[in-house]
Amino acid sequence: MTATAEPEVGKARLRKEDARLITGQTRWTDNIRLTGMLHMAVLRSPVAHARITNIDVSRATAMPGIALVLTGEDFAAEQGSLPCAWPITEDMKSPAAPAIAVDTVNFAGEIVALVIADSAYHAADALEAIDVDYEDLPVVLDLEEALRDNDLVHADLGTNKCATWVFDSAEAGSGTNVEDEIAAAEVVIERTFRQQRLIPAFMEPRSVVVDCTAGMYTVWSATQIPHILRWMLSAVTGISEHKLRVIAPDVGGGFGGKLQVTPEELLCLLVARRMNRPVKWTESRTESMLSAHHGRDQLQKITMSARRDGTVTGLKVELLADMGAYLRLVTPGVPILGAFMFNAIYKFAAYRFVCTNVFTNKVPTDAYRGAGRPEATFAIERMMDELAVELDIEPMKIREKNWIRHEEFPFTTVAGLTYDSGNYEAATARAMELFGYDELREEQARRRESGDVVQLGIGISTYTEMCGLAPSRVLGALRYGAGGWETASIRMLPTGKVEVITGTSPHGQGHETVWSQIVADKLGVPFEDVEVLHGDTATSHKGMDSYGSRSLAVGGTALVHAADKVLAKARTLAAHMMECDEADVEFTSGSFSVRGTSTARTLGDVVLAAHVAHDLPEGMEPGMDADATYDPDNFSYPHGTHLCAAEVDTETGMVKIVRYVAVDDVGTVVNPLIVDGQVHGGLAQGIAQALYEEATHDEMGTLTTATFADYLVPCAADLPAFLTDRTTTPATSNPLGAKGVGEAGTIASTPAVVNSVLDALRHLGVRDIEMPMSPERVWTALQGREDSGAGEVAAGGLGSIDAQGGQS
Amino acid sequence: MIPADFKYLFPSTVDEAVRMLAEEGEDAKVIAGGQSLVPVLRMRLAAPTALIDIGGLTELTGVRDDGDSLLIGAMTTHYEVQRDHLVQDHALLLRLVTDTIADPQIRHRGTFGGSLCHADPAGDLLAPVLALDAVMVIAGPGGRREVSAAEFFVDYFTTALAPDEILLDVRVPKYTGWGAHYEKLNRVAQAWSIVAVAAAVQVRDGTIAAARVGLTNVGSGPVRATDVESALVGLPATAESISAAAGRASSGDGYKDNLARVLTGRALTAAVG
Repeated sequence: MTATAEPEVGKARLRKEDARLITGQTRWTDNIRLTGMLHMAVLRSPVAHARITNIDVSRATAMPGIALVLTGEDFAAEQGSLPCAWPITEDMKSPAAPAIAVDTVNFAGEIVALVIADSAYHAADALEAIDVDYEDLPVVLDLEEALRDNDLVHADLGTNKCATWVFDSAEAGSGTNVEDEIAAAEVVIERTFRQQRLIPAFMEPRSVVVDCTAGMYTVWSATQIPHILRWMLSAVTGISEHKLRVIAPDVGGGFGGKLQVTPEELLCLLVARRMNRPVKWTESRTESMLSAHHGRDQLQKITMSARRDGTVTGLKVELLADMGAYLRLVTPGVPILGAFMFNAIYKFAAYRFVCTNVFTNKVPTDAYRGAGRPEATFAIERMMDELAVELDIEPMKIREKNWIRHEEFPFTTVAGLTYDSGNYEAATARAMELFGYDELREEQARRRESGDVVQLGIGISTYTEMCGLAPSRVLGALRYGAGGWETASIRMLPTGKVEVITGTSPHGQGHETVWSQIVADKLGVPFEDVEVLHGDTATSHKGMDSYGSRSLAVGGTALVHAADKVLAKARTLAAHMMECDEADVEFTSGSFSVRGTSTARTLGDVVLAAHVAHDLPEGMEPGMDADATYDPDNFSYPHGTHLCAAEVDTETGMVKIVRYVAVDDVGTVVNPLIVDGQVHGGLAQGIAQALYEEATHDEMGTLTTATFADYLVPCAADLPAFLTDRTTTPATSNPLGAKGVGEAGTIASTPAVVNSVLDALRHLGVRDIEMPMSPERVWTALQGREDSGAGEVAAGGLGSIDAQGGQS
Repeated sequence: MIPADFKYLFPSTVDEAVRMLAEEGEDAKVIAGGQSLVPVLRMRLAAPTALIDIGGLTELTGVRDDGDSLLIGAMTTHYEVQRDHLVQDHALLLRLVTDTIADPQIRHRGTFGGSLCHADPAGDLLAPVLALDAVMVIAGPGGRREVSAAEFFVDYFTTALAPDEILLDVRVPKYTGWGAHYEKLNRVAQAWSIVAVAAAVQVRDGTIAAARVGLTNVGSGPVRATDVESALVGLPATAESISAAAGRASSGDGYKDNLARVLTGRALTAAVG
């Protein structure tokens, strides 16, 4: 066995996953074909709220290749209710959530019938032959209107208000009373921001295959959460958990959008059970946009109090959060994930957070990259700029005046979290240097003075976030239905190769590479000798899967602990083999030696000895495997400073980002290349919220952005070259020092972009522009006109066709 | 993608294609590069009973010199138009417009004639073809006929092409030595124009001798800015005169009206420059 000369941790290795992904040698769920497999197609409601008065499936049933056509009535007795794992309050209103509508549809896109056929083509054809009669019910779309309860989404609940969740620093003992601070303040500013509805838009559409052979159910799904899915499918269907195996093969992106127990997963399972045949369902892009959960969609009313010198004192956050029509897996908890982050890096004396969750006749919302934290970061970073304008203080100076200084860590915030480490000064200094902050301010002044058609603005976002979800006791206190631990196993094979099993479930992140790097360093084995197994409940029997920037900070720590256990046992055996005292055994570069002698055994020798078990110390079990489960005792807190310079064409309203600097402190970095990739992708999605993406509905509740011709996801050509760098303040809460990087770019970038556009236009009388800041919205604001809120002029192309007409 | 069932036909001559169209009836559809039709099939917004693939009609491919004009075959891909020397020398505007169409993959599949027959008012080629006074050469059961661009574009996704006719060529008069520019405002690279302006200008001795201006996506079809064109003739080729004339591109106060004026000014300035 060769020793690894230079440390693997910190090396910018190419990802070991990529060759098979790029060359098409992997197998996605939709590539799986089983003998006798049937295909399921889904008929979705074209209307947002209606009673189903009749469904006629006779024509569809008679079409070629059709095995069965099923409606809600066929499942009414067995489908149960899709799970919501996060009842945020004791009195939360929770509607029954059928996988397939039985008598009422509550959003456009809800399932009303299934066709099971011998081919996907026959199934799609038969969808068109199903006749459904709807009796319209009033459609509830607007959050504030919904709260008036004039029309109800779920009549049986008697209200559209789902729950109200409160955090108050005076009650929690973490700060003073916010009303007192506001009453006594020298300055109070109040603003309302809209977090538009977004669509996660993962690259691989969702797909499920279910096989049941001899009473054993195997579910392949393009999911982020195979372990949670197995548990929940068992709970909903009554199929014993030990008779269910869930496999997430290579999965093409999720961004929270595949953190779900979907109606289609449940229905595929029920159909496979009913027909005793394998069944597959794969969605089209339009189907995905119409039915996979959406993200964000909040109204944020923020009140901030301060002294004239710029010192902030109180922060009051009043949110309305759109749940959509049903509560999916963590729907009600998403805004709560932001509750602890509005105060961000700043030292407020008082903080109060009140979130009201509201039902509407729209696709349910749930986790989307950042989940609650982008909303919080946006609000606070916009408010810091607003306060700077109000007090005529330089926007970076006002942040500096209020942030936690590096010597103050660990710091317990007004929201009750303890930030373990950070250095906001260092990240900011580096960002300003890379950006050329002062030069750009001068250029901005020149353009203002000359009345240039193209104005320049600078936007700041000095963010932090909470990652490494999560300490189980904290989740318990928040009434979340599961723990936040993670698990890892190491199997030392007799030839010295290593199998690592992780409970995390990568879907594009590169865990196989990073986990291999960690193990290579810990055990002194070559990177190539490590194989990482994941995403199959038969090989990885427990885990809490991947979301919330948790995999490395929590799952990586479990892996380190498992490696420590392997080494501890190997050390005992090595001492036995070398006939020395264990205290005299040293381990370096994959080899055990007796201190001060040339006697040595490689880890491979020791593993083989453990495997053959011919001569083990008294009481030692054969083999050299270890399991470890790690429950974090704190979150981790990445932070950083993002700076955006944007040009705004005042004649057309077009925004162009001309410079973007991201200096992130994500703790110790295992693989810089992967971290850069995460930051770049995160920036793209955060910038997209600021400038491009928005899920819109017409007055009937029909989604008008159901294709990529209408829902504008930016590509490389639309984005600037990103200047990225890092500062490193290791997390103290885990042995790797890692904080997490999956969401940082998305969380930080949106307010930086919006602040830059407003900074370019404020002297022209523009006070605010809703996201996404489309050219039309920007131009309308420049005319001093009200935003009609009606969305965009038809952009033409497919955008000028009614794209809702079909779903295949 | 799962379209509705259709019959697939692959003619090898224009006459055969025309005969097939007549035989299959008006629910048949001609498919060229498929860059507009395939998405529509995907969403089942159209369910033609037969697709007649004219990809085998090689005589419809390429650009030919026809004296005072160019003949651009309907099946010439955008990529081929971009790289054609005749287009570069005599119809520069078309090359500049084609450079902005979608992305390289689509430019290799999509065709000049297909875009025009699809007649999406947001499509980039309609306005320049209208502004350049192009003529459509069409084949049908009754033989061949020619239709001016002004008559060809009827409404949203509607042309003067009868269900049993095929566009063969587009005759574009030569604009040798004219300056040209296409000014396009779209939100992301793959998005269609919110508004775009195609301009070609002939300048002689510092004076504008003639101008052609077409607007993309401001109506139910391409719009020719004849007021702007006539206002420009005889004026010095300066920013001031262009700016005044560009103001005639639209009289409304909406966002698209504003864009029509602003982008016309920018397109003309670049074309003259």
